[in-house]
Amino acid sequence: MSVTYIDAIHAALEELLQEDASVILYGEDIAGSFGGAFKATKGLADKFPGRVLNAPIAEDAIVGLGMGAALGGLKPIVEMQFADFGTLGQNQMCNNAAAHFYRTGIPVNLTMRMPCGGTPGGGPYHSQCLEAVFAHYPGVHVFTPATVADAYYMLKEAVRIPDPVVFMEHKFLYRWLKADSWLEADPLPIGRARIARPGKHATVVAFSAMVPEALRAAEELAASSGYELEVVDLRTVKPLDTDTILASVARTARLLVVSEDFPWGGVAAEVIARVATEGMHLLDAPPLRVTAPDTPIPAHPDLWKAHRPGYENIMAAARYLISL
Amino acid sequence: MNEQSLQEPARKAYRAMVMARAFDTKISALYKAGKIFGGVFLGRGHEAVAAAEGVFLRKGYDVYTPFIREQAGRCAWGDSVLESARSYFGSMQGISRGRDGNIHWGHPHEGTLMPISHLGAMASVVAGLMLAKRMQGITDAVGVVCIGDGTTSVGALHEAANLIAVEKLPIVIVVTNNQYAYSTPNANEFACKSLADRGRGYGMTTHECDGTDFLQTLATMQRAISAARAGEGPQWVVAETLRMCGHGEHDDASYIPAELRAAYADRDPLAVARRQMLEKGWMSEEEADAWEEECRDEVQRSVAQAQKEPTPRPQDEQWVATSWRPER
Repeated sequence: MSVTYIDAIHAALEELLQEDASVILYGEDIAGSFGGAFKATKGLADKFPGRVLNAPIAEDAIVGLGMGAALGGLKPIVEMQFADFGTLGQNQMCNNAAAHFYRTGIPVNLTMRMPCGGTPGGGPYHSQCLEAVFAHYPGVHVFTPATVADAYYMLKEAVRIPDPVVFMEHKFLYRWLKADSWLEADPLPIGRARIARPGKHATVVAFSAMVPEALRAAEELAASSGYELEVVDLRTVKPLDTDTILASVARTARLLVVSEDFPWGGVAAEVIARVATEGMHLLDAPPLRVTAPDTPIPAHPDLWKAHRPGYENIMAAARYLISL
Repeated sequence: MNEQSLQEPARKAYRAMVMARAFDTKISALYKAGKIFGGVFLGRGHEAVAAAEGVFLRKGYDVYTPFIREQAGRCAWGDSVLESARSYFGSMQGISRGRDGNIHWGHPHEGTLMPISHLGAMASVVAGLMLAKRMQGITDAVGVVCIGDGTTSVGALHEAANLIAVEKLPIVIVVTNNQYAYSTPNANEFACKSLADRGRGYGMTTHECDGTDFLQTLATMQRAISAARAGEGPQWVVAETLRMCGHGEHDDASYIPAELRAAYADRDPLAVARRQMLEKGWMSEEEADAWEEECRDEVQRSVAQAQKEPTPRPQDEQWVATSWRPER
């Protein structure tokens, strides 16, 4: 049987509601028979009466309510219908919930689900990856699962961890990414990056929907040129597992970082900054990055494909990196 | 409710106002002497409204979200001025241990929230707390959200007020209209006739009072808080007053016209309250004088203690902003 990334998220939500009476879901269009814009909560309102609640269109207040519910002893999971609208909930998440532990010693057990990333035709306001702007703030963990198993496991962990967690679930992966099961015998703990593919000629650091792109690039490059890329899946951009990245760079001496996000102050820049400051001596060539261009995300599928980093861009960058 | 039922709350509220004024006076003096880091925000003109909020709430059961001018409300709720002093001096005994300061303090597990500077942000947080209580089977607790005229312009407040009304949460939003949002007069802040119109727009029951009239304010707040407690849904209270000080002690408020100041010259809530309490016979002159002395002494002791308590040592700071960290 094959399951998808969104199946894994649905299963995790259902189990969380089942296992812990303090878990509630709150967001736009998530209740009733509708079950959310992406059906992540389909059927859950019926199964758990009074615990899956529709919110008015008010992202600031949705996240604020989540924070208050968490202070009141619940474990709320709030949904932004699209991560793009998370900017409207950002003040509550970053200035209020995320700052609370440092200011008071009391953590806020709040999970913010963010359906993120580009899909054909999504356009400027239904496509963005906002992990970097959330990760910028102290006090928040930012998860970016790239596999079906991680979508399940990391969402459950997000609720178990007592701090605010921004859970970036990629819309392109929702129904495209499949696996035999969302269960994994021995999942890597949160905070550890995963060697998604071992290799020796260059390290490619990726996360979220860029992991499948990096893996495809690695396979094609191996087949066409014999170069072996080592693909590191960050899994969480905050905390950022610098140790695993540096260990990989120590093996390959070359670094390429891939992010679907805009280039400015992004995760790719952060990874390169860390490797440059902590492991410059490990590098045989300047570190490279592949990101989206510094423009809004275009709507037309042809333009969007050219804007979004894909396996071909990664292959080209890797070839260049290895030639240096 | 008969008027007599107000006597005990009125005594408690008045004493809280006296305490708050004594504290404000002391902190203002310390600010001017350069002894306080950061800003100092006083409640002059707000005392009756604030005390009326706090006095009808149960600490540890209800939720109270003071705004920056709610020292009298904090006292009436049952928090000591020592906690306020600790916040101003960054004492390690305070909740934020110098990591935040001035009026940014609260004890979330007792029902007071840590405000942030972004106006209106706490209203939806109170909604979440009241929703949690409802889910836990507590239906007679009340949440009070304190805001000013300026906050009614903020989007976050609108989102929260609408949500509170949709969920029919037992929340009282108290708008203290002190005529100025920092230096901005009402005329530049909103175009509706009365701020009560906004509450009606959300579908809330609205109440209006003269926030300098102590007894009227008490009676209004008692009605609003009782209604919310009785399950009658969210309440919107507008209390009119004048901010009888600067926005903070750094501000001389020279933009407030002399005529407006003159109109409020004999409406200092503390003086009005004293007069009303004596007229009603709910307090004697001797008691009033004794309370003033007690409060000044308590403020003096609390400020002295907070100043003596250890402050944060940078060399001990771990610089960690999350409670959970990955295993390495």
